[in-house]
Amino acid sequence: MDTVIDAIFWVFAASAVVTAVLVFVADSMVRAAYWLMASFVAVGGILVILNAQFLGLILILMMAGEMTIMAIFMVMFMMNPAGLNPMLMVHQHRTAILSGVVSFLALATVGLVAEFPNLPAPAASSPIVPLGQELLGRSMLIFESAGVALLAVMIGAIALVSQRGRYGDAEQGSLEPALEPGTNE
Amino acid sequence: MTLSAIIVVSAAIFGVGIYGVLSQQSFVMIMMGLELMLNAAILAVAAFWWGTTGGNPEGQLLVIVVMTAMAIEAAIGFALVTNVYRARKADITEKLKRLRN
Repeated sequence: MDTVIDAIFWVFAASAVVTAVLVFVADSMVRAAYWLMASFVAVGGILVILNAQFLGLILILMMAGEMTIMAIFMVMFMMNPAGLNPMLMVHQHRTAILSGVVSFLALATVGLVAEFPNLPAPAASSPIVPLGQELLGRSMLIFESAGVALLAVMIGAIALVSQRGRYGDAEQGSLEPALEPGTNE
Repeated sequence: MTLSAIIVVSAAIFGVGIYGVLSQQSFVMIMMGLELMLNAAILAVAAFWWGTTGGNPEGQLLVIVVMTAMAIEAAIGFALVTNVYRARKADITEKLKRLRN
């Protein structure tokens, strides 16, 4: 049983890394978006194996929505979205590759060398019930703050993209209209 | 499947993300690099929850906070790209030599 789970883990791990690389290799931005989604799905699979089923599934669901928006967005705005021509739009390529390799080596060294406490989560019990009690119990403030932050972001994003406010063009500032139509009062 | 192995996988995804953020010219591709880095962070946090906390649910809460950060990054990123495209007709970083105006 353990070897099966190990094998599934390595399949997910390899596909997470390979699809992450493919994001920047694909010629089409739409394909890049879906490769990124594949990477998230693989990480979500690893989370499910790690007994964090709730987190894995909401990661997959959230990213499916977000990557669909991203694909549409890129078809709307970006050059060469369809992948008809080979695409390599990079600058400082060597520095970037070097930084990526160095950060991978540094973090992997930490993962391999450092000694972590060995307190595995109990495999038998479901972690979802304690998580729900934590979310709506002691840590409710964090949960609610995340909600308020998302609301603020929604308002901010709409304010950033709106071309026309309620009282005129966005860049002109706002002046309330008069109460009586056709007058200044 | 050990904690170290998962951390190495997470480090690999993070390295790819760093490469993407530093090398890509298109704003949206840079955002993809950022999301990959956050993806690696989620994997590492979940791995530490699994291996070192004895199942304390607060570790999973940290993953939810990272996911919130990811959603915020995507929303504000899309809004900023839309705004910059309208103002400057720019979709790659080289077209933004100045931040003025």
